[in-house]
Amino acid sequence: MPPLPLPASVPISWYLTLSAILFGLGVAGFLFRRNIITVFMSIELMLNAVNLSFVTFSYKLKQNDGHIFSFFVMVVAAAEAAVGLAIILTVFKNRQTLEIDEVSSFKN
Amino acid sequence: MDAILFLLFAGIAVVCAINLVLQHHPISSALSLVGVMGSLAALYLLLGGEFIAAAQLIVYAGAIMVLFVFVIMLLNAGTEKKVKRRLWVRYGGLPLLFLLAGMGAYVTHFLAPASDGVNFGGFTHGNASDIGEKLFTQYLLPFEVTSVLILVAIVGAIVLARKEFD
Amino acid sequence: MQLWLIPILPFAGFLINGLFGRRLSKTAVNIIAVGSVLLSFLWVLKTLSALGVFSGGTELDQTHLEHYFTWIQSGALTINVDFAVDRLTAVWLLIVTGVGLLIHVYATGYMAHEGGYYRFFAYLNLFMFFMLVLVLGANYLLLFVGWEGVGLCSYLLIGFYFLEKFATDAGNKAFIVNRIGDFGFSLAIFLIAMHFGSLDFGTVFSKVKDLPVEANLGWIGAIGLLLLVGATGKSAQLPLFVWLPDAMAGPTPVSALIHAATMVTAGVYMVARSSQIYLHSTFALGIVAIVGIATAFFAATIGLAQNDIKKVFAYSTVSQLGYMFVGLGTGAFSAGVFHVMTHAFFKALLFLGAGSVIHALSGEQDLRNMGGLRKKIPITFITLMCAGIAIAGIPPFSGYQSKDKILEAAYIYSPWMYWVGVITAGMTAFYVFRALFLAFFGEPRGHHHPHESPPSMWIPLAILAVLSLAGGAINIPRFLEPMFPAAEGGAPEWLVIVSVSAGVAGIALAFLFYVMAPKLPESLASAFSAPYKVILNKYYVDELYDSAVVEPIVDGSRSLLWRVADMRLIDGAVNGIGKTARGVGGMLRLAQSGYIRSYAAWVVAGSILAIAIIGLRGVLLR
Repeated sequence: MPPLPLPASVPISWYLTLSAILFGLGVAGFLFRRNIITVFMSIELMLNAVNLSFVTFSYKLKQNDGHIFSFFVMVVAAAEAAVGLAIILTVFKNRQTLEIDEVSSFKN
Repeated sequence: MDAILFLLFAGIAVVCAINLVLQHHPISSALSLVGVMGSLAALYLLLGGEFIAAAQLIVYAGAIMVLFVFVIMLLNAGTEKKVKRRLWVRYGGLPLLFLLAGMGAYVTHFLAPASDGVNFGGFTHGNASDIGEKLFTQYLLPFEVTSVLILVAIVGAIVLARKEFD
Repeated sequence: MQLWLIPILPFAGFLINGLFGRRLSKTAVNIIAVGSVLLSFLWVLKTLSALGVFSGGTELDQTHLEHYFTWIQSGALTINVDFAVDRLTAVWLLIVTGVGLLIHVYATGYMAHEGGYYRFFAYLNLFMFFMLVLVLGANYLLLFVGWEGVGLCSYLLIGFYFLEKFATDAGNKAFIVNRIGDFGFSLAIFLIAMHFGSLDFGTVFSKVKDLPVEANLGWIGAIGLLLLVGATGKSAQLPLFVWLPDAMAGPTPVSALIHAATMVTAGVYMVARSSQIYLHSTFALGIVAIVGIATAFFAATIGLAQNDIKKVFAYSTVSQLGYMFVGLGTGAFSAGVFHVMTHAFFKALLFLGAGSVIHALSGEQDLRNMGGLRKKIPITFITLMCAGIAIAGIPPFSGYQSKDKILEAAYIYSPWMYWVGVITAGMTAFYVFRALFLAFFGEPRGHHHPHESPPSMWIPLAILAVLSLAGGAINIPRFLEPMFPAAEGGAPEWLVIVSVSAGVAGIALAFLFYVMAPKLPESLASAFSAPYKVILNKYYVDELYDSAVVEPIVDGSRSLLWRVADMRLIDGAVNGIGKTARGVGGMLRLAQSGYIRSYAAWVVAGSILAIAIIGLRGVLLR
């Protein structure tokens, strides 16, 4: 196998670019999907992208504060997921639908 | 070696993410998300974040995603209805997306010059003892506050999801 | 000397009667009202005797000044609250409190059956307070305060029967016409403050003394003319006299006190007080005399044909005030002041007597429905006759003393004024005795059962009758000698004879017309029906003012100020702000679509913008 033209060490910018791509995909899912649960999962995707970014910078700066921040993000994401899913359950109980467009009683 | 591993796991992550956005049934999206999280855990390992990788798998993939799957099954969520999207969404959505991602990439390229490289083993302070030391001394207050936050979330979730008593 | 007690005592009466009068008995209200004026009168007597007035002393050659506090301190202009007494003030103090006291006593009898008893006496006391402030004030601003205050009380008292529209209209008319005069007065005050830097009488007059006399119209003349405008308003001269006849809608004691004896003389007081200013502008002084003589003649002609007894006396008041201004304008200031005093006696008596007649006839005021009263109400008859003789200028009674001095000064000033004055004197005698003959002589033409007035009413009448006859003995010109030096004599002897014979001729003519040949006036009136109609309708002055001044202002107000300025501009602006706020809110409201995804889209758009800015900044900084 011919040696692939790969660098010896992975540049930091590649990690950050991956983080950006994942974040963009999360935004896309958040904007274009209509199922509430899928929207929620897109939010989790965005949070994960950000976590990756934090850990990357922690590597660059050779400090583990980024890891700690990422840890806290995870904790908060967990709490948010719990409460958010409970809200989704309540909304489903009241409106029998998981369409995000039909939960619009705040209109105007 | 690092590069191959990076490309492999990055590819899996991106593919799973695209799958998450494109699938019609929520359960398929959930499983794709699990895939994303797993590959991200591997990437954390490459970056020297051992504790974070473990936490990612245990908390995110193991607990949160299980919660998601429970809820999807509880609600019996079906496939999403196909709907005709508006014009600007159909033809402008993807370009805008590329714009966002591209801008992000461009900015990050300038923030982190290519000279820095990531090597497996280049960062050794991501282990549990170092993280724990920081967590219980310097970041003690946020730690305690997040405990309270979790408590509040539990209580809130219970209140929201209980049966109504007549 | 505690001069402040003089006005404060009636003011205290006003407060007590005004605040508590509703719960007090009529006797209590009487005691407070009359008592406060009586105490004020006694205090005046005490003060003036201490200043040597009654003993012929010379303390009052200097002005006695009492300083109370500094009212306005603004840059170079300082205005204090000071009361001052000099010889001029002394005359007015005695007239106001003395005649005022008699009229208060009269009013207790006249108003006994009227509603709003305590309110009447409260207003009357308030009037006394303001009039005394006007007279005692030692600077133009305090005078103005009293000036405005008596105008207010005049309005309140004219419109006393406030349920009658003609009464409230008359009150409004008095106040508004007075306002025009007050505008002139205010301009004069501004000019005085500007040129002399002070409003104190002492300062202003001592500064004016050193200025040369202006022959033509200069700024001293301007001040004089503007002061005259104020005086024409308050003292009912041409062209602002129109309110006085309508003011007869008020109760008769009000007509006697305010519109005969005291308030209307405020203009005369003001001109006499400003004598130094007028003496330094021959132009302004001449205008004063011309206005006076014109008014005297004009009002006398109107009085010839009026049928309401109070209107006859009202026009007589306007005419006699004209005489006073003639006295002032020809330089005989003390003669004018003398006439103020004698006029106060006989005019108040005429009005109070008319009130007695009206009271006897239970409200009848039209002369054509009266007649044959001299046997039924003898006291009123005798006292009114005394007043008539006095006003006609029959020697040696009071009216003759004062009017004659004025006519002498008029002759010396310019003879045509004297002749016009003589004709007016004849007309005065005629119309006053016309009223008296129509009321007391002949056969009763009405259906009434007349009864004499109670003592509270005829005692003041008697006192005033004595004063009308004997008041000429009070030698005011000699008393005012230090202030207004007597001009050189040199009036021909025949002046007296001519003026007295004019008065006698007037009485005789009235006797002829209304006692001996009652049909004569009717036939004369129908023979000269056009002139008769004109003077009966008071030369249509009110109608003229209405169409020339009132209608345009009201119309302009309605169509321009109300419809355009108020409704469209102001309301439009304010409502417009509300409408704009609503409109903007309505547009902003559309952003709240209720769709979570549209909100998300906005968030994403904002974050793209933020990233772009940060990125560009980072890129540019490199």
